Amino acid sequence: MALSQERLGKYNPEKPTENRITDIGPRHFWDFFPPVIQKNYGKWLYHDILEPGIMVHVSETGDKVFTVRCGGARFMTAENIREICDIADKYCDGYVRFTTRNNIEFMVTSYEKLQALKQDLLSRKYITGSYKYPIGGTGAGVTNIVHTQGYIHCHTPATDASSMVKALMDELMDYFTGMTLPAHVRISVACCLNMCGAVHCSDIALLGIHRKPPIVDDNIDSVCEIPLAIAACPVGALSPGKTEDGRKTIKVKEERCMFCGNCYTMCPALPIADKLGDGVAVLAGGKISNRISEPKFSKVIVPWLPNNFPRFPEVVATVKKIIEVYASEARKYERIGDWAERIGWEKFFEKCDLPFTEHLIDDYRLAYDTYRTSTQFKYTRAAWEVSKAAGGIDE
Amino acid sequence: MEFKPKRPQKEIKYEELRIYTDEELHNYSEEELKDFKIKHSIPMLEELEKGPWPSFVTDAKREALRRKKLPKDRLMLDQDVVDDLLGQLELSFEDGETHWKHGGIVGVFGYGGGVIGRYSDVPEKYPSVAHFHTIRVNQPASKFYKTDFLRALCDLWEFRGSGLFNMHGSTGDIILLGTTTEQLEPIFYDLTHELDQDLGGSGSNLRTPSCCIGKARCEFACIDTQNLCYELTTHYQDELHRPAFPYKFKIKIDGCPNGCVASIARSDMSLIGTWRDEIRIDQEAVQAYIRGEIQPNGGAHSGRDWGPFDIQKEVIDLCPTGCMAMEDGKLVINNEECNRCMHCINVMPRALRPGVDTGVSVLFGAKAPILEGAQLSVLTIPFMKAEPPYDNIKELLEKVWDWWIEEGKNRERLGELIQRKGLPKFLEVLGVPAAPQMVKMPRTNPYIFWKEEDVPGGWKRDIKEYRQRHKR
Repeated sequence: MALSQERLGKYNPEKPTENRITDIGPRHFWDFFPPVIQKNYGKWLYHDILEPGIMVHVSETGDKVFTVRCGGARFMTAENIREICDIADKYCDGYVRFTTRNNIEFMVTSYEKLQALKQDLLSRKYITGSYKYPIGGTGAGVTNIVHTQGYIHCHTPATDASSMVKALMDELMDYFTGMTLPAHVRISVACCLNMCGAVHCSDIALLGIHRKPPIVDDNIDSVCEIPLAIAACPVGALSPGKTEDGRKTIKVKEERCMFCGNCYTMCPALPIADKLGDGVAVLAGGKISNRISEPKFSKVIVPWLPNNFPRFPEVVATVKKIIEVYASEARKYERIGDWAERIGWEKFFEKCDLPFTEHLIDDYRLAYDTYRTSTQFKYTRAAWEVSKAAGGIDE
Repeated sequence: MEFKPKRPQKEIKYEELRIYTDEELHNYSEEELKDFKIKHSIPMLEELEKGPWPSFVTDAKREALRRKKLPKDRLMLDQDVVDDLLGQLELSFEDGETHWKHGGIVGVFGYGGGVIGRYSDVPEKYPSVAHFHTIRVNQPASKFYKTDFLRALCDLWEFRGSGLFNMHGSTGDIILLGTTTEQLEPIFYDLTHELDQDLGGSGSNLRTPSCCIGKARCEFACIDTQNLCYELTTHYQDELHRPAFPYKFKIKIDGCPNGCVASIARSDMSLIGTWRDEIRIDQEAVQAYIRGEIQPNGGAHSGRDWGPFDIQKEVIDLCPTGCMAMEDGKLVINNEECNRCMHCINVMPRALRPGVDTGVSVLFGAKAPILEGAQLSVLTIPFMKAEPPYDNIKELLEKVWDWWIEEGKNRERLGELIQRKGLPKFLEVLGVPAAPQMVKMPRTNPYIFWKEEDVPGGWKRDIKEYRQRHKR
């Protein structure tokens, strides 16, 4: 009963199946619940957010549990987790939990412990001054950003995630530690269209995109199943070809490419990433909750912004602007998407001072469903530009 | 109430499992950290050490320092892995392109998932991350932990890997970032034998199911999300570890229509807790909200002065079905018209609670954009009881898998297959009748695929007989 310390541990490569344990699944959850959670399981009556990031849940047994929610970088070290464990041991009897959105939650059962825990958490700072465990992420504000891997550990990204999230959250800190918005704003980052972060239903989504077609490696015939790679293209832009010296290769019909990167996923000999081509699309107005309106997709509102490492100033400025306009214009309980639909997307672009270009009009499958087929629209400057261009008005 | 694991769980005691001594764990000082420079120049990453939000760079640097101060035989990977990871990341910023190669097939014996091969394409510059594979560890439901478990995992991963984690990955797993092929089996051995803990999914298999916090600490949860998640995960271990599907398959479980784990957008099978009886009302508490004695929405909007709470404006008028009204000073809900959107319950949790006859709505087919465009899950089963051992849910799921395995093309998600074959075909697979709940509206085109048995007399007709009635 101890973790092994030999080079190969107790694993014997000569007999890989000896004493092998498989298919045991995850640890059972019950043992990891703090006693107050076990005791009051299914008995919770209501909760109150005492201040941003701090909640109290009240049970029908009269028990209370106070939760402190802290933002964390999803990418974290063993050292960081040990520090989290130190805090959990000191105040929470050795229990801690993480949320779906990469927050860390510490739970205590008394108000006194809560105060001590809070002071302790806020006093912990990195040597460079940033908070280790900022408190917030509840209610009508911006909670932690869910994101993908980016350049840290992925082979297909069109942008980086950890750096963009750090840059964004530095600027959005007041919205994380406050609850001043009309409703909560969920921001997500995905580094390419594969979207392992599935950001497509977020209030604001930042999505890494490519803009140059794949280039074909000389050795494609020896590293890829060429027919599989060709079949992977959703728009039929790939076809079989022959090189000058007679080897099998793939021809790219470049004008057909929609830069999804699926060919590269299937075949490493078709790299698509490019410093000048890659960047960030901004999407807005999606949601997952069924509250008031139905769940809905985020819509592309800025087709491309540059990958300006490490702080992505253009991306940060765009997100901040949208949130500020939303904060001043939307009604209580109204999500960004609900607000945009109420005022009309044409007004959204005008109010957020975002240019509308042909890149924002769908031309993929089922695109027609997104075209306006009525005369119910509002006049904005963009409409007058069209009228002028068509010779419909003089000025 | 208590839930028991299917098999006895090993109690994890860090003191018995630990690799590192206290001295080894506290092997550097704040002062050293201040003066510490990693072996590569990383000006752009160091820019990310500024600002109030937790800096992953500063965090990574302390891990780098700690590794350097450990004797080499106290680490199975090179001491410089964190330095090299940061160095390569900086280079990626300079180049505007990633430096990780397209995966490679590595794994543990007998499993087809759980490990993702990762190799640097600049190994001469960053040799210690030349081979740097990811391991997915199946998180416990709702991500509650005991520190003994986490500390033991930290020791194991620092000793045999990079000491770098994602807490957690997008699907829910604990992600261990970076180790060599040699260390995969020893890690798996200790994970299973000592930590009593298995790997998660990757590749064309069932991905690690995940769920919201549920009844553990939420008054809205209609079902036992953790128990259902644990049951499905353990019941389908073979599907999770041995890829036999056309593509990935994700299951997520939300306790209520608020959807905190985003099952409706992020899972091929979305199980969402709901109820079929009436919303419970405490009229006294309704009055307390009206009198301003209780903050609406649990205080979620308290950062701004929105004026006094107005039940008409904030609840009744925002109800999407208009099924609420104040009558004789009492709040009345026409439950037959309610679509369970949760708004009123979210705003007045002390006055309104979901009903008690609970179950799940079952939806299928959500996915991200690749290939056919993003899709949300489609409602198929409006209501289904969700009680252990959840045989009804398993039967439904297995019908779907059988069809998808048979009909799905390579790398075709379930949602795309439903799109390609049509919802009516999918309903046939599920063995359920069509219902208006499944669509936003009936079809607008009249191209109905009638079947022969739908039409009296069938489709076989005699052209000669026809010509007796109609000249050519």
